[in-house]
Amino acid sequence: MAAAASVGQQWVLVEMVQAFYEAPAYHLILEGILILWIIRLIFSKTYKLQERSDLTPKEKEELIEEWQPEPLVPPVSKDHPALNYNIVSGPPTHKIIVNGKECINFASFNFLGLLDNEKVKSAAQASLKKYGVGTCGPRGFYGTFDVHLELEDRLAKFMRTEEAIIYSYGFATIASAIPAYSKRGDIVFVDEAACFAIQKGLQASRSNIKLFKHNDMTDLERLLKEQETEDQKNPRKARVTRRFIVVEGLYMNTGDICPLPELIDDIDLISANMENSLASIGGFCCGRSFIIDHQRLSGQGYCFSASLPPLLAAAAIEALNIMEDNPDIFHTLRAKCERIHRALQGISGLNVVGESFSPALHLRLEDSYGSRENDVKLLKKIVDYCINRGIALTQARYLDKEEKYLPSPSIRVVVTVEQTEEELDRAASLIKEAAQSVLN
Amino acid sequence: MYVAVLTFVGFGVGTIFGYLRDFMRAWGLEKRNVAQEREQQKDFVPLYQDFENFYTRNLYMRIRDNWNRPICSVPGPQFDLMERVTDDYNWTFRFTGRTIKNVINMGSYNYLGFAETDPNALKTVTKELQKYGTGICSTRQEMGTLDKHVELENLVAKFLGVEDAMVFGMGFATNSMNIPALVGKANMKQYYPFDGDGMNSLHDIHSRFLPKNLIGDMQSLEKLLRDAIIYGQPRSHRAWKKIIILVEGIYSMEGSIVQLPEIVSLKKKYKAYLYLDEAHSIGAVGATGRGVVEYFGMNPDDVDVLMGTFTKSFGAAGGYIAGKKGLVDFLRAHSHSAVYATSMCPPVAEQIIRAMKCLMGLDGTTQGKTPSLAWLQRVRQLGKNTRYFRRRLHEMGFIIYGNDDSPVVPLLLYMPGKIGAFARRMLEKNIGVVVVGFPATPITESRARFCVSAAHTREMLDTVLNALDELGDFLHLKYSRYSKSSHPELYEETLFEFED
Repeated sequence: MAAAASVGQQWVLVEMVQAFYEAPAYHLILEGILILWIIRLIFSKTYKLQERSDLTPKEKEELIEEWQPEPLVPPVSKDHPALNYNIVSGPPTHKIIVNGKECINFASFNFLGLLDNEKVKSAAQASLKKYGVGTCGPRGFYGTFDVHLELEDRLAKFMRTEEAIIYSYGFATIASAIPAYSKRGDIVFVDEAACFAIQKGLQASRSNIKLFKHNDMTDLERLLKEQETEDQKNPRKARVTRRFIVVEGLYMNTGDICPLPELIDDIDLISANMENSLASIGGFCCGRSFIIDHQRLSGQGYCFSASLPPLLAAAAIEALNIMEDNPDIFHTLRAKCERIHRALQGISGLNVVGESFSPALHLRLEDSYGSRENDVKLLKKIVDYCINRGIALTQARYLDKEEKYLPSPSIRVVVTVEQTEEELDRAASLIKEAAQSVLN
Repeated sequence: MYVAVLTFVGFGVGTIFGYLRDFMRAWGLEKRNVAQEREQQKDFVPLYQDFENFYTRNLYMRIRDNWNRPICSVPGPQFDLMERVTDDYNWTFRFTGRTIKNVINMGSYNYLGFAETDPNALKTVTKELQKYGTGICSTRQEMGTLDKHVELENLVAKFLGVEDAMVFGMGFATNSMNIPALVGKANMKQYYPFDGDGMNSLHDIHSRFLPKNLIGDMQSLEKLLRDAIIYGQPRSHRAWKKIIILVEGIYSMEGSIVQLPEIVSLKKKYKAYLYLDEAHSIGAVGATGRGVVEYFGMNPDDVDVLMGTFTKSFGAAGGYIAGKKGLVDFLRAHSHSAVYATSMCPPVAEQIIRAMKCLMGLDGTTQGKTPSLAWLQRVRQLGKNTRYFRRRLHEMGFIIYGNDDSPVVPLLLYMPGKIGAFARRMLEKNIGVVVVGFPATPITESRARFCVSAAHTREMLDTVLNALDELGDFLHLKYSRYSKSSHPELYEETLFEFED
């Protein structure tokens, strides 16, 4: 039996040797290399990549002992303007009580005067009775109420688009919408004077950002042409890079309007804020369904955040009703804007910045008085002068270190439909007086 | 083990069918139901990458009816759902106009039951709404700081036992707008596993995530801290300016409570700063509802930055950050929200004020019992409900995650097919639940998440538990290998009833 087995083995051996001779050369070489590689791996010492082990444990302890962190926050000086803010008692309506003084409100963005409207309030009250205050959940998990769906419908109809999506905070709207579409590697052409929320959205999207000069279409065209030549150099990359243009309708920082007809013949996405005219809280995006639907799963501020409280949604719906029923308030507002724009011209020392029909204007110093800090202090004196005499104004606030193109300090003047012509004239003359007394 | 295999098989089958469907759609064999690009824009680079949406189109779309369910009543312990049906397999929905009434609500974050419409309770909110209206139309630093905000901030500081606090209009935005203000380029953050919101705006900041299976793993955290201090910034080896550890009070997908004492001792040893996000835990844990700091009996001064939201336990909206006065002053000056975003609206602020006063015993409302105990009743009821619910689920043999005291109860389903089946059948029994799958959870660990509320009565919980029992047997969800206790009645009597 053993002999038979050994003969069998010999046979197998012979077959193996035969196979060796018959195999093609490259096959053998490849196998040989692989076997050598395996042997090397088995016998080489494994080394950890992390252990840059030139430090002894004792040295490590010393490093840990010695390390001192900075304080969590740097101390803020007591007279930082943000710490001496104005406190409003009562609602910020047309007649506002600032720091105890009663004034006419030229500082809150209550353009259509809907903050105090009885119909809006009663709609909110009805909603409060039915739904309570909060929604206790994000849109995906029972946080979608019928008022939200109704509001989205109404907004889509009002803006004459296919679909709308609402967010529960104005700032988060554009800051979530941009990164939902534009990712790393895409290109976004954006105006210099874009507001902070847009800047944050762009930062979150990690795309390439190309700024063009404010409202300068030739500059934009130049950038687009540059991009085209780039594309032709690298067509493969160009095929997967998406391109976006972001502009603001009415720029908050400069008060003027983008030249839309020159820009494009059709808009893909409109994003807006309900916190100003609609006297509510939140924001919305509207456009074609193809585009808006995407945000429902990938808009950060939509999926991961609690939905808008229903009473605010009901207030917004009522505000839309009022806007649709009374289209002439827009004409009234426009007339008032033009009136005050005219009245504020010619104040020595101050420039009016903004279009004549823009309801939010900036008043900037003609020449700077040294440093930004000095300018801010002077403007504050003007503002205080006015508040003491019954007109509430405010300075436009920015985060100095974070803005890409920091606008010069300015006073914000807001026109609302509730201001009478007499009040507008009074405000203009008071500002003139203040400028004269402070700047001379 | 076999469960994991079957889960992957389930996803595999779904994926194969997905490819098949895509193929048929591309060749026109099947109708394309999703909205399409416009004709003029067909030459543009496609807006969405095809593959990115693969999951959405093929897997998510099949069970889409379990999310975004619209309701038409207050999100209390029971609510009314709008009935909606789909004629084309979830591509579009149509409302029939009927409502499904009195569905038991196990999905809303209504921990202390403040989502209510009782006119007596909402008296002050109604008054403030009438007085102030709904909007503010200005930012905090301009004309948007109302006396109501000042009142609210003082109250929050008192409630938490810290020096000062600042409130913001939106919870998600509280994180996304303030963390960048606190940390800059040369700072490092250690992210302790985070399910949370608002973290996505942190890019230039060097941050390290600890993966989710290491919740509670103090050794890895310690190693990360040591390495950070010893080796400094990557490549340049300069020292980091600050190190911040970010943790959540209760992790919303796991239901586990952070181990605060260990983290605080680590932070003290390595001189790091601690940022605690109590979105789910404020009001819900702790003997008087003051969050995990109270739950562990610790000093609020040990935590450098206390952050939380009012959406969950207080039934309102918004968030806060509290801590030392220096910190809050800095945020008043430098937070993105204070400068660019609208402040909180007054009726919402009033709702938070009344809820907090109720919890602190500062108002005279009784909740049916003697005044001195009334204000704690909600917190205690929540504790009782939580412990009862979790215990019964454990006995039935389900696998649930999380700490025994946390009102967030995730129940593991694992297989993708069961996600849809579970939620739909529970709805048929008039119970609304929340199911979550990939990408919010790891791919093999789909789960159903229950949020216990103080407003749930024992009967409601029993109804839910019985339904779960039935469904668990039907769908084979009882994966636990622990044997069921055969004498549940023995525990019930001794542990819970004496607290009354």
